[in-house]
Amino acid sequence: MAEIEEKILEIPLDKNILKTFKVGDVIRISGIVYTLRDKAHQRAITLYKEKKKTPVDLKNAAIIHCGPIAKKTSGKWKIVSAGPTTSMRLEKLENEFIRYSNVGMIIGKGGMGKSTARACKKFGAIYCIFPGGAGALAASYVKNVKNVFWLEELGMPEALWVFEVENFGPLIVTIDTNGENLTEEIKAKAREKISSYIR
Amino acid sequence: MKPKRLDEIIFELIKKVETELPEEVIYRIKKAEAMEKTEIGKKILRSILQNIEIARDAKKPICQDTGTLTFFIQMGSKFPWRDKLKKALLGAVEKATREIPLRSNTVDPITNKNTGNNIGNYIPYIDLEITEGKDCEITLLVKGGGSENMSALKMFNPTNTLEDIKKFVINHIVEAAGKPCPPTIVGVGIGGGADLSLKIAKKALLRPLGERHPNREISRLEREIIEIANKTGIGPMGLGGKTTVLDVHIELAHRHPASLPVGIVMQCWAHRYGKIRIYGEGGVEWLR
Repeated sequence: MAEIEEKILEIPLDKNILKTFKVGDVIRISGIVYTLRDKAHQRAITLYKEKKKTPVDLKNAAIIHCGPIAKKTSGKWKIVSAGPTTSMRLEKLENEFIRYSNVGMIIGKGGMGKSTARACKKFGAIYCIFPGGAGALAASYVKNVKNVFWLEELGMPEALWVFEVENFGPLIVTIDTNGENLTEEIKAKAREKISSYIR
Repeated sequence: MKPKRLDEIIFELIKKVETELPEEVIYRIKKAEAMEKTEIGKKILRSILQNIEIARDAKKPICQDTGTLTFFIQMGSKFPWRDKLKKALLGAVEKATREIPLRSNTVDPITNKNTGNNIGNYIPYIDLEITEGKDCEITLLVKGGGSENMSALKMFNPTNTLEDIKKFVINHIVEAAGKPCPPTIVGVGIGGGADLSLKIAKKALLRPLGERHPNREISRLEREIIEIANKTGIGPMGLGGKTTVLDVHIELAHRHPASLPVGIVMQCWAHRYGKIRIYGEGGVEWLR
């Protein structure tokens, strides 16, 4: 069996290049990745609505649904473990977040739903899955912690961390810019399959 | 043995459980990788195996969600350090959070304030059983929020059959899809009251992988659920493939004549647990 070719992407992302990716493609990224989970999404959306600035510009950026473990030694943050959290919790916020931020890539785990897929199609963003639970592996690609925002107010898992990553992956595209949704397709097929096994 | 020594033992238990997966779990993931036919499924399982190695070698937590810590304790009524145990345990959790380090996962449900040390109301959860003798067995189970959120309870009507329960469990595995980080271990508790069905479902996770329930009918039900779950094509991380569950363990409790509760508790591939025995005469043995 041939290995799937992994495509390397540099950040900031180019939306014209993102368009060429299809669900099932595998990517690795190098550059800056921001962590934003539940509270940070809410906070960013509130700032956008109030026409205030977010601490970082998220246009064409890559974000990850992640609450890392970080340790500060001699004044410098080091990431201990940093895998993705369940993305579906963000489903109610993601459409609006994509619309306001014009973000390029969202990384998480478990897949996302219809509303996110619609926003990805409309605004040319993609959603990718990094293997859930592989927090030590994810941390091994984080070369540097550039900054952290909202740490005091939101706490370590919910803060907005700024990671510099190298060859971060594998990232499996499960929502592409056509709004195709791989994990939902797999689930629909599974529902069909089990109907023949159970009465 | 002085009290300080006791919290060191528990600290070592926490550290090993958070950073090293049990051999039997690694063996099952390797087997799943060898059997996997889809390229993405294989890639995911390889990343998982790579992650297990990195965590073990660097003594880092396997997953950034270092979970909620549940201690199942069977303590002999003559265990010499029984009055020191709880304090030692809390001290070990506090130290583990600071030194390994663990993520603090103890949030006040009203104020949303995180205690920062993995200690809070009822947490770490301690399940204590008093036994005969001088020894004390401590089992630690670590479960992340993603898999815990995929727990389920259904109060069946006692006229329902095992076939109905099978359907409930399989539908649940499909609807959970990639969210609990498959391949998962699925614990099912049948009977008891609502709380007990969930409690034995969680305890069922601790049975050695591959070991079937002694009741033949239940053993068959376990095998059927495994077979069908692995034919759904949900696969590793819900991205498609052969292995959706590593195992399914069912436990039974007697029920009230009017009730038939069924609890489901799912555990991610990072099935973190460990068991030690502290001898009343001194000394510690690593059991699993």
